[in-house]
Amino acid sequence: MTEGPDTEITPYRDGPLIVRGPIRLVDATGAEIPVRRTTIALCRCGRSRIKPFCDGTHKAVGFSDR
Amino acid sequence: VTLSAAPGFAAPRLPAPVGALSDVLFAALRQPPFALWDLPAPDGDDDLHLALYACYELGYVGFAEVDGDWESEPSLVALRGSLERRFEAALFEAIDRVPDATEGTVPERLQALIAADDSPSVARHLAVQGTVDELQELLIHRSAYLLKEADPQVRTIPRLPPRAKAAMVEVLSDEYGGGRLEYMHSELYRQALEALGLDGSYGAYLDRLPGVTLATVNLMSLFGAHARWRGAIAGHLAVTEMTSSDANRRYGRAVRRLGFTSREATHYFDEHVEADAVHDVVAAHDLAGGLAEAEPAQADTIVFGARALMLVEGAFARHLLSAWEAGRSSLR
Repeated sequence: MTEGPDTEITPYRDGPLIVRGPIRLVDATGAEIPVRRTTIALCRCGRSRIKPFCDGTHKAVGFSDR
Repeated sequence: VTLSAAPGFAAPRLPAPVGALSDVLFAALRQPPFALWDLPAPDGDDDLHLALYACYELGYVGFAEVDGDWESEPSLVALRGSLERRFEAALFEAIDRVPDATEGTVPERLQALIAADDSPSVARHLAVQGTVDELQELLIHRSAYLLKEADPQVRTIPRLPPRAKAAMVEVLSDEYGGGRLEYMHSELYRQALEALGLDGSYGAYLDRLPGVTLATVNLMSLFGAHARWRGAIAGHLAVTEMTSSDANRRYGRAVRRLGFTSREATHYFDEHVEADAVHDVVAAHDLAGGLAEAEPAQADTIVFGARALMLVEGAFARHLLSAWEAGRSSLR
């Protein structure tokens, strides 16, 4: 068994899912969505204009996870 | 000793002086290092901030005609300290113009500060109605920092407790493109300058920048230069990142609306919409929050750093927008 770095997903308070570690991101057809940075933010409020990535819009729309 | 520049990268020339202090200081810097004495006081904010900027710049890229040993000349170090104390005194005196936030955790306090900030927005103006000249002026002003984006913050890394340190490295490594030149943010900014018909060389526009612009960079250099300000640079960076995705989306809209559609013109801004959505939460919760968790006494310094950012950025925004409204250039 090969040992690699873990992948960690963290829902930040009233914010995006922060994903750290190796992942493959694909769209609904299975096509690869390029991921360049080692830490990415995925939209959790549904209102980002660059989905699946977060663009900070959750703050403007008052997204709350409580 | 002179700085050796990489191919295609040259240290800039000293700018023209703007007052009594920068006049005497820049004449001295053209000579081999010697003990400075009896220097005149700065005769205004432009003179203070240009002289202080030059003192700091000796620790970044430096100047083509300035001997690198000036950086550690004791009288130069003493001058830098005296200018920092003037700058700090001005910040302390004016800080209450910025709303405070005293309740809750550090990330909550930072969010409350942003919500209460009533400064005008250059990004909003440019996105909707700015001209090409105004957009170019904004890029020229920001070149003072963005061609060395993240460099002031790097110095803070060794001064942070573990969780905050890891967060700082996570954010900063992204600023430096994860170690890949073609993704390094200062490099993307150079390309944006050139795509908008401007000079992308480091320091090319130093002669054109008023003190109100240089103060925004000096604030980062000040906070990054001293361990006692480690909380302030964390708060400064956190609020910068927390407000950056939205501003860069608007700048990206302005660039496209004004007809600059090449990847070189838009990449810097698009990159920051996505990147700073990551940096936002990491800087607020893990960097600023992590520092306050490990060192509760730093909480108020973190908030001070954020308010100082809002103070100098508010002055910067008002300067640009009032000049443009009056039909003048905001540059010197």
